[in-house]
Amino acid sequence: MKALPRLAILLFLLALAAALVRAVLDLPPPAVDLPAAVAANLGKSGVEHPVTAVLLNFRGYDTLLEVAVLLIALLGVVAVARPTPQHQAKDDANPVLQTLARLLAPLLVLAAGYLLWAGGHRPGGAFQAAALLAGAVVLLRLAGLLPAWPRPHWVLRLGVVLGLFVFLGVAALGQGALLTYPPELAGALILLIEAGLTLSLGLILAGLFLAFAAHREAS
Amino acid sequence: MTLVFDALLALALLVSAWRALAAPEPGRAVVLFILFGLLLSLAWARLSAPDIALAEAAIGAGLTGALLLDALRGGRGGR
Repeated sequence: MKALPRLAILLFLLALAAALVRAVLDLPPPAVDLPAAVAANLGKSGVEHPVTAVLLNFRGYDTLLEVAVLLIALLGVVAVARPTPQHQAKDDANPVLQTLARLLAPLLVLAAGYLLWAGGHRPGGAFQAAALLAGAVVLLRLAGLLPAWPRPHWVLRLGVVLGLFVFLGVAALGQGALLTYPPELAGALILLIEAGLTLSLGLILAGLFLAFAAHREAS
Repeated sequence: MTLVFDALLALALLVSAWRALAAPEPGRAVVLFILFGLLLSLAWARLSAPDIALAEAAIGAGLTGALLLDALRGGRGGR
């Protein structure tokens, strides 16, 4: 009965896949050789790793707007999540998990700091470091060591927006176009922005988890 | 040798993606999705894009997996 429609869908999907493969193979070569352009300007960017140079110097706008989008997403989640009267961590949690979380959380923070620092000259950077920080927070929450965030404390709110404000401040202080760093200060400014971003993005990513947890406990 | 590894990796990606989509129960689908994310980060590493591999492992597999597991638990217990 259902075999014929399924066969039709399968044939359609195969045709679509063939068309996609064909289109990708037929792509014209890029007009500008971007890797060469990045390599030529790497010396002026203030960092030695090309990915970090692109993300925070050459295409800083994209990163700035990405952070703004993540912040808006968190604001939406916090607005939707209803606050609970009591939001204590559950005390029926597993003691083995709690001990493991207590041991792992400092290591995760240390690894996040390393990734942040490594972003200047090797793979790493603010987003990856922030994801580790958020992982540590989620682990502590799952182990029952952290309360949910039905109504974030003002320190948390400040931490969530700090990275974006540091980024905007550096962008506004630059002379000439927005987000054009003076080459001699570029390395320090990028590290400053990345440190702020690591903290804020870590809190934002963790907040997406913790605000939902609060929402579930309320309902 | 690396070719064999790459071929196995590509095959495992396709199989885990299909199994995650076709899994009958949500719990199995979430675990398969996390497995898919980890395999995908391996694939990024093989494509010599370690930055994306790190981000995929931490955000794609780790945080998204935790969110999905949490949603799963909430969907069962909350209603």
